[in-house]
Amino acid sequence: MIELKDVHKSFGKVEVLKGITASVAKSEVVCIIGPSGSGKSTILRCINGLESYDAGDISVEGARVDRNDRSIVAVRTQVSMVFQRFNLFPHRTALENVIEGPLYVKKEPRAAALARGRALLAQVGLAEKADVHPPQLSGGQQQRVAIARALAMQPKAILFDEPTSALDPELVGDVLSVMRKLADDGMTMVVVTHEMGFARDVADRVLFIDGGVIVEQGAAKSVLNQPQHPRTQDFLRRVLHPL
Amino acid sequence: MQKFFSDAVEFVPILLQGVWLTVVVTIGSLLLSTVLGLLWAMMRVSGIGILVGVSAVVINVIRGIPIIVLLFYIYFVMPDFGVALTALQAAIIGLGIAYSAYQAENFRAGIEAIDKGQIEAAQTIGMGWWLTMRRVVLPQAVKIVLPPYGNVMIMMLKDSSQASTITVAELALQGKLIASSTFKNTSVFTLVALMYLTMSIPLILLVRHFENKANRK
Repeated sequence: MIELKDVHKSFGKVEVLKGITASVAKSEVVCIIGPSGSGKSTILRCINGLESYDAGDISVEGARVDRNDRSIVAVRTQVSMVFQRFNLFPHRTALENVIEGPLYVKKEPRAAALARGRALLAQVGLAEKADVHPPQLSGGQQQRVAIARALAMQPKAILFDEPTSALDPELVGDVLSVMRKLADDGMTMVVVTHEMGFARDVADRVLFIDGGVIVEQGAAKSVLNQPQHPRTQDFLRRVLHPL
Repeated sequence: MQKFFSDAVEFVPILLQGVWLTVVVTIGSLLLSTVLGLLWAMMRVSGIGILVGVSAVVINVIRGIPIIVLLFYIYFVMPDFGVALTALQAAIIGLGIAYSAYQAENFRAGIEAIDKGQIEAAQTIGMGWWLTMRRVVLPQAVKIVLPPYGNVMIMMLKDSSQASTITVAELALQGKLIASSTFKNTSVFTLVALMYLTMSIPLILLVRHFENKANRK
């Protein structure tokens, strides 16, 4: 469903992606792990055109991703994104955040959008927070609203860019359980994360990225439990046993 | 003092005619400067090379020319090119253009203060540039822009007196005319100053209100 072929990307003189080839099948959950600065987030940002890429090919359901082409809007409505820092619209309530896309991009009738928006907030456990503005919500609640906002576009896939990295530790669980539920329901997901427990339990596949290349990939349990490459072994050791 | 009050009774009705024109010039040029300023600002942040360049040049040219020269140019030079305007029209257009540069910089600062993540979030739900501006960026930028906008309103109220140089009989010119025909300089210009102050005070309070509101966030 999502295909990357030999994708290269540089910021100035620094090449952050050095030929990434990967694919994500429908209903698959792929976790991308790796040290910071390795290019993990850049991959997600290229997939829905928040960044351009210099060489190679990215396609979503067969359509090439080109951020400078009008077709990018269609790609973005099919592939939603959830950000590390939530990026909710602070001047709109939780419910308004969720229905913004359906109302103004997809031009759904207001009543239908409202009903679906409330249902989505209920799905992420925030039915009673519909009329609250984001600054009055905890980080975990904001991230769940952001997930509801992504779902409201009825996407075929959702990209998660370190969705729990900005959260207090005790709030991480609520967000992860919403994500796990989505995975169980068959949503296609690409998740950049440092939550190795989530990757092990929920992901079908794990990609380990370092220095702009995929160093190792495979079934989640095998990569995380028996990493083959020394860099993967070293990274996992540091993450799982920091002391 | 008693003399002042009897002068006031005599002159205030005449000066009020000037007040009316002052209000017309101020509101007219405020609206024009807001529309033009928004246009320059949007061009400046559009990311489209030619628009960015044009707006940068326009803003700097306007900023580099004194208001009074701009007014002379529009009122006295434009007729040579077949564009004859009344003094009032020329004043509103001249002040509107002059202040559009400051408005543009203010609006641009407000727009650029919005977190980039907001724009990315809008893009990821499929919003285009204009929808992102209208639904996400501008509503948030308004809160940032309002206090300086209020200050511009006060400055424009006072600078509307420059319209007197192209014969618009607003408050300052009315005062000057009365003073030069009656020689009651003290009474007349004190009244003129008090009238400007009276009009400024509500605006000053409005700015303070905007600032308090912005600080509470």
